[in-house]
Amino acid sequence: MAEVLLENINKNFGKIKAVDDFCLHVMDKEFIVFVGPSGCGKSTTLRMIAGLEEISSGNISIDQHIVNNTHPKNRDIAMVFQNYALYPHLSVRENISFGIRAQKLPKNEITSRTMEAAKILGLDELLDRRPGELSGGQKQRVAMGRAIVRKPKVFLFDEPLSNLDAKLRHKMRVEMKKLHQQVQTTTIYVTHDQVEAMTLADRIVIMKDGKIEQVGSPDEVYHKPNSQFVASFIGSPAMNFFSGTLEVLDNMHFLRCDGGETIDLVDWPDLIGSKLTMGIRPEHMELKTEKSSKAVTTVLDAKVAVLEPMGHEVIVTCDSNIGEVIGKYTDNTKLKVGQTIHFEFKKENIHFFDENSGKRVS
Amino acid sequence: MIDQASRIAYLEKIQPGKIIIWTLLFLGGVVMITPLAFMISTSFKTGTEVFNLGIIPENPTLKNYIFILNESKFLRWMLNSLWVATFSTVSVVFFDSLVGYTLAKFTFRGQTIVFVAILSTLMIPTEMLIIPWYMMSREFGWIDTYWGIAFPGLMTGFGTFLMRQFFMGLPDELIEAARIDGWSEFAIWSKIAMPLVVPALSALAIFHFLGNWTAFIWPLIVTNDPDLYTIPVGLASFNGEFETDWEIVMTASCLATLPTLLVFLLLQKFIIRGVMLAGLKG
Repeated sequence: MAEVLLENINKNFGKIKAVDDFCLHVMDKEFIVFVGPSGCGKSTTLRMIAGLEEISSGNISIDQHIVNNTHPKNRDIAMVFQNYALYPHLSVRENISFGIRAQKLPKNEITSRTMEAAKILGLDELLDRRPGELSGGQKQRVAMGRAIVRKPKVFLFDEPLSNLDAKLRHKMRVEMKKLHQQVQTTTIYVTHDQVEAMTLADRIVIMKDGKIEQVGSPDEVYHKPNSQFVASFIGSPAMNFFSGTLEVLDNMHFLRCDGGETIDLVDWPDLIGSKLTMGIRPEHMELKTEKSSKAVTTVLDAKVAVLEPMGHEVIVTCDSNIGEVIGKYTDNTKLKVGQTIHFEFKKENIHFFDENSGKRVS
Repeated sequence: MIDQASRIAYLEKIQPGKIIIWTLLFLGGVVMITPLAFMISTSFKTGTEVFNLGIIPENPTLKNYIFILNESKFLRWMLNSLWVATFSTVSVVFFDSLVGYTLAKFTFRGQTIVFVAILSTLMIPTEMLIIPWYMMSREFGWIDTYWGIAFPGLMTGFGTFLMRQFFMGLPDELIEAARIDGWSEFAIWSKIAMPLVVPALSALAIFHFLGNWTAFIWPLIVTNDPDLYTIPVGLASFNGEFETDWEIVMTASCLATLPTLLVFLLLQKFIIRGVMLAGLKG
């Protein structure tokens, strides 16, 4: 087990900057997840840690040793690839033991470690099968077996669940979390799926255009997103955004939207006159069929356009005079398309971002 | 009644187009098999009967076979051919795939130049290379040696190109996974990459073996000693200046064809797959 330190890492592909001044300290035993849209540099960063990609500048240290020029085999890491990278001509047993056979360990140790890994992952019955005879989930477990059998200092996962269906993905997510709790190896995991990131990570690194947008626990990035990008990336359905200027009239605060419409707010003196984007998560928009008499909340009137029942909750997409608004509710209120409803939201659930930089201002 | 009806139904199914295709295929088959049949037939004929074009010999004899096996150096030539073809095939499988793998899975300065240089050798006809090969062999003392016969075929541009194309189809992740697992580059090539391109390798090996087995011009030029003749050169040596014992030539040809026929029969599946893979004419 080990810490991983990334100091001012840059990676250029010709004129394209794939990773830009990336700095991160991954703690021992930590499960850290890189998340971001396609092309944000997360896989490139992981491949640089693995040694499969050269770094243009900066330093990578594993267990306090700089490994910039160290061959992947000498970094004491194990990597699980998106397409599993199982050797199709070898059995499950041979696939799992392939890495430790290279270490020239005694035969009985190879056997015992292979069996141990197979047992942890429930592969005991499949050891003599070839990868072509396995299901997606089983292949994924073999790929993980191949990683854990080596007992490396760091696990690297490159979108390992993206080829699985939703049900299996959830199952494997739980298994991965259990596995990490059991082996406690420092893990760096790349995904573009924010649900995977939120459920697995001790800390999440959200990336955009090769740069870190925010590093924080799942709670932090959800409740206190550093930027509009993070706010929009984390959470499903995505946060609602309204752009405008914060104004005050007769001691009443409101956001004057770009189209001229207004949203009444309660007491935001610091930001008066600023061009802002207001963000509010669908789950924080309290849905009312009757207007509340209390003045402690902000109210937005809207008309139901689409209802998406999910069983345990309903996602409501509405049209309002400031554009499309999405809300969620879990109670038994029966809504109809075309019905007028009122969304109420509390001050503590409102996020403000600078309209130009996208950075959080409140 | 039912039989009659089903016969009519069957005959109705046969389309005129198919009949033409079958006829053409049958004629093609006859054209291909006739020389082979005459070769086999002549090998059982006596010298006086050679120019009798009947397919069944009037007085079948094994004399020609006994003569070839006892009086000539045919078995020696067969072993020579076997040795040269096997040696160069092993070499081609090893070196062509190694170079093909390097060109497909590594990035290095001058990679394109190396690849184009190898590819350009495909455009030079063998006849043009024979003089430099001969001069080289004379300089190095390779005339009348096995090495001299085999060396031009130890590595081929075509094989390198073929293997490169196949290795390019292997996912990089397999190679990278093995690299992280701690295997050397040579071990990755031999343990991971090679087993995954067996169809291409077998196609290359079969074609190269057969090509060397039937090679004539270069072995003829580089060998003077009859003990070093390969089969095609040995066969040609039966042709006299003023007369040729055709029954002997045909008998030797029959014996020479046997290993090739065996290779075809045993490896038919691989050859067909190889032809499809390499996009070659059979």
